[in-house]
Amino acid sequence: MQISETWLREYVNPPVSTEELVAQLTMAGLEVDSVTPAGALFNGVVIGEVLSTEQHPDADKLKVCLVNVGGTEPLQIVCGASNVRPGLKVPAALVGAVLPGDFKIKPAKLRGVESSGMLCSEKELGIAIDANGLMELPPDAPTGVDIREYLSLNDSIIEIDLTPNRTDCLSVEGIAREVALLNGMDWTTTQIKVAEINHQGTLCIVLEEKAACPRYLGRLIKGVNPKAETPSWMQERLRRSGIRSLGPIVDVTNYVLMELGQPLHAFDADKLVGGITVRMARNGESLALLNGQTIILDDEALVIADDKQALALAGIMGGSDSAVDDATQNIFLESAFFAPRAIAGKARRFGLHTDSSHRFERGVDATLQCRAIERATQLIVEIAGGSVGPINEVKDDTALPQRPAILLRRQRIAKMLGITLPDEQIHEIFVRLGMCIEQHPEGWLIAPPGFRFDMAIEADLIEELARVHGYNNIPNNSPLMRAELGKATETVLDIDRVKDLLVDRGYQEVITYSFVDESIQQAVAPDDTTISITNPISADMSVMRSTLWCGLLKAALYNLNRQQNRIRFFETGLRFLNINGQLQQKKTLSGLILGNVYPEQWGEKPRKVDYFDLKADIQALFSLTGCVVKFDPAKHSALHPGQTAQILSEADEKIGILGMLHPSLEKQLGLETPVFLFELDQELLLNKAVSRFKPLSKYPSVSRDLALIVRDTVSADDITASIKSSNEPNVQDIAIFDMYRGKGIEEDHKSVAVSITLQNFSQTLTDVEIDAIFNNILQTLAQAIGAKLRE
Amino acid sequence: MLANLDEILAQATKSIAEAQDLNQLDQVRVHYLGKKGLFTLQMKELGALDPDQRRAVGQVINQAKDQFQEQLSARKQSLDNVELERRLASERIDVTLPGRGQLAGGLHPVTTTLRRIAKIFASVGFTVVEGPEIEDDHHNFGALNIPEHHPARAMHDTFYFDAHTVLRTHTSPVQIRVMETEKPPLKVIAPGRVYRCDSDITHTPMFHQVEGFLVDTDVSFADLKGVVYQFLRAFFEKDIQVRFRPSYFPFTEPSAEVDIECVMCNGEGCRVCSQTGWLEVMGCGMIHPEVFKAVNIDSEIYNGFAFGMGVERLAMLRYGINDLRLFFENDLKFLRQFH
Repeated sequence: MQISETWLREYVNPPVSTEELVAQLTMAGLEVDSVTPAGALFNGVVIGEVLSTEQHPDADKLKVCLVNVGGTEPLQIVCGASNVRPGLKVPAALVGAVLPGDFKIKPAKLRGVESSGMLCSEKELGIAIDANGLMELPPDAPTGVDIREYLSLNDSIIEIDLTPNRTDCLSVEGIAREVALLNGMDWTTTQIKVAEINHQGTLCIVLEEKAACPRYLGRLIKGVNPKAETPSWMQERLRRSGIRSLGPIVDVTNYVLMELGQPLHAFDADKLVGGITVRMARNGESLALLNGQTIILDDEALVIADDKQALALAGIMGGSDSAVDDATQNIFLESAFFAPRAIAGKARRFGLHTDSSHRFERGVDATLQCRAIERATQLIVEIAGGSVGPINEVKDDTALPQRPAILLRRQRIAKMLGITLPDEQIHEIFVRLGMCIEQHPEGWLIAPPGFRFDMAIEADLIEELARVHGYNNIPNNSPLMRAELGKATETVLDIDRVKDLLVDRGYQEVITYSFVDESIQQAVAPDDTTISITNPISADMSVMRSTLWCGLLKAALYNLNRQQNRIRFFETGLRFLNINGQLQQKKTLSGLILGNVYPEQWGEKPRKVDYFDLKADIQALFSLTGCVVKFDPAKHSALHPGQTAQILSEADEKIGILGMLHPSLEKQLGLETPVFLFELDQELLLNKAVSRFKPLSKYPSVSRDLALIVRDTVSADDITASIKSSNEPNVQDIAIFDMYRGKGIEEDHKSVAVSITLQNFSQTLTDVEIDAIFNNILQTLAQAIGAKLRE
Repeated sequence: MLANLDEILAQATKSIAEAQDLNQLDQVRVHYLGKKGLFTLQMKELGALDPDQRRAVGQVINQAKDQFQEQLSARKQSLDNVELERRLASERIDVTLPGRGQLAGGLHPVTTTLRRIAKIFASVGFTVVEGPEIEDDHHNFGALNIPEHHPARAMHDTFYFDAHTVLRTHTSPVQIRVMETEKPPLKVIAPGRVYRCDSDITHTPMFHQVEGFLVDTDVSFADLKGVVYQFLRAFFEKDIQVRFRPSYFPFTEPSAEVDIECVMCNGEGCRVCSQTGWLEVMGCGMIHPEVFKAVNIDSEIYNGFAFGMGVERLAMLRYGINDLRLFFENDLKFLRQFH
């Protein structure tokens, strides 16, 4: 919503500067977005009258003009505009004038002819972006008067970002009312002269949908002058309100819309067949709109129709078939109230948003229609003449919005705001807000005026009190809070601890979009059911990620393309799964590493990361929770089949997966370096056991190393599991410290070096006992996995 | 004999001085004090003297021996020092070379900001609750007093999956979810990702919000103001000016926008604050009775306040970041600037 400051000040003119006025509005909840000068900066331009024009002797396109600028002698000005002609009133920049863009007017010679000034177009004055020839002023424009004064260009355009509740401020009158309230002043309403009735012609009006349209006023104005032009003051006010001039009839309806807040519509009465009906559209009925668009209606769209067809989308936009045009002489003027519920969402359905729909869907004062039609009549007759018919009003009082009084309890004010206000102040605020206020044993009964659609409950009234009193006049309290001791759980690890550990281990946290390109989602997780957004912002953000790897890989690629060749990323967030039609949103921790183990440095030989570097990080995470997990060989479509493990809890729940990005996917994504990835279910990861103390042995421990030969297919876990299965209570620790394949070892076999630590709780183990234990272990190893000692 | 002793001592002193390393010095020690050392031999000869002389001569020898010992240890000390100096010199390294291994990584600035916000509110007992990001329209809109066709729905630029399933447009649905299941008093903050179908220089289709609310029997707008005011001063670690402007949210009444004095120009007016000296940082208000009705909390008994803030916005102001889109490009050169 944008309005002209001078227009506003015609209604109420508080003794405050523009800056202060704007601050008042902002602090009252009418946030001012911008204040711009109505005209660009220029000076020295007056209204000139072209007295004569003669062809320039040496230039076809130039004319030598004599221009009366109000001085004793006319000025000779050379002009190239095609519309320059004797009798024309134009803006004339005098010698010494400065036009927008710091363009100084000096005495000049154009092709040898002296020129003392310049005749201007709207573009040259910064009033319009484009212009076709000189700006033509009305014949009655006073010669010699400064154009800034004449066009009231010393004005500011105030743009206000209104919240949807303040529909009452969608007009100059509405803002004036607010400014008056804020300054404790009175304001003058628009003075409307009720038109004299010149003829008795009316159209029959039928309201089929009384709930949607409880009030409809129509009036026929006959014989308006189709050649009439909108006066420049009105064009200027409309321009400053952001509305283009479209001929006097439409301009008047727009002007009244801006002035009073009532959307109006004018039909060309000669294009109507029979009477007016407000009805629901028929399914499939089509309507050609004023904007050139043709829409197909259904029975949820409210229309204004004549006996033949739908004429307008009610409260939203008129149709082109019945539109006023350059030849229109007889008009039918509509001023109606449409219920917000009937209009809300309808414009959007057809991709429309108009000044009219904007107001009706938020709520227009249901008592305004008669004033508005009278005001529009007055202006039309003033500008274009015409013979005025009576107003035909059809209404249903029961369907019109009721404004029942709201009980405001004194005690609730203190409870909600934390302050008390004197009764007199409360009384005055509501009176100034245009409300009817009555005493009540508990406080007041307050009836809001028709223009305050947002006043429905007690809290609304309390907000008005706070707003007018000033939010910043309410103290900043420290609330009394009931306190209960917090928890310090040890059964769930804090995710922050996990993040910190990863950061300590050189990882950088990233945050990637939850929606990704369908192609990368398909490439990484082809088996997951896609969850698509109906209205994505772009194709590369169209499906929800089922794995965080999509975003991580994209972020890695982004950095690889920027000469970063060592990357360690992690991210936490939801992944989105459709499992048998059920949506699941799982908290997930994922990560990715690539490049060298360490940044390039003098003290270490560079080495690329591998599976075991990543596994160490994952194991470190589980060391935080103390949970025992298994890493089982697994398959995943995005990962290398020989370098993938799933992570299982002791209860065999799948906590996550890690592995090397499949080489073909690596190539497809253009990464060109091995990438290792992990993804963990955050809730399962954070499961933590409360630590339990185990007694310590006072006796020395003893370690012995075994060099075992096993088949290649025997895993490290098989070996440790087999040693454990020997059920030797003295085994404290098993560590694999070497693995060797090749020369000296049978084919398809490998040598594995294991260190086993023994300790007893009641004695020092003797050599004989130790030998016996190892014999038992070796026997078990031989039986379970065919391991034998290396010779 | 005693004259001989002086000679021995003089010789010994010379030998000590001549010893160039600990090894040579030890040879000197053995030469004089070893089993067959010159002083040892002198002592042995004492036996041949008569007891009267023995005592006097013995004293003299011991004195000479002590003197020798002193010189010996002094020399040892000095040779030790030389040896140490030599070793130290040989072990000198370039301490300016970088350390081995890797440095720590870092948290995303949004996470750091979220942690600080949570910490400030946790200090007075607010708990952190999270909610789903794919939401139903009841929790995202309806229960928050935003009925279908309400203009506020259009303002939210919602991503849809179907007519009733959306990507949450704010973290306020968590307020509903908590109030549906828990009874007051409630003190909760709800951080998380939110989504709006909007993308330009100042909007990303995903960003983070923190919703906070407090519900109890006596909570006032003045309390809300106090909490917000204290929070902002704590967050910016500065006694900044804070102002409250009337605004409108369907789920609060009264509603307010909160502005802080521009932290870039200290309220003087700059490009960041569009020359106003103020920056809009939060929305807040008293929870609307319709919202309480939707979750079956009696608004005659309980009332409460709620507030919501954009995390990226706060992070940008705190760290001087000038482009919102940097948050999700994940350029290491950007991320590494935050510790």
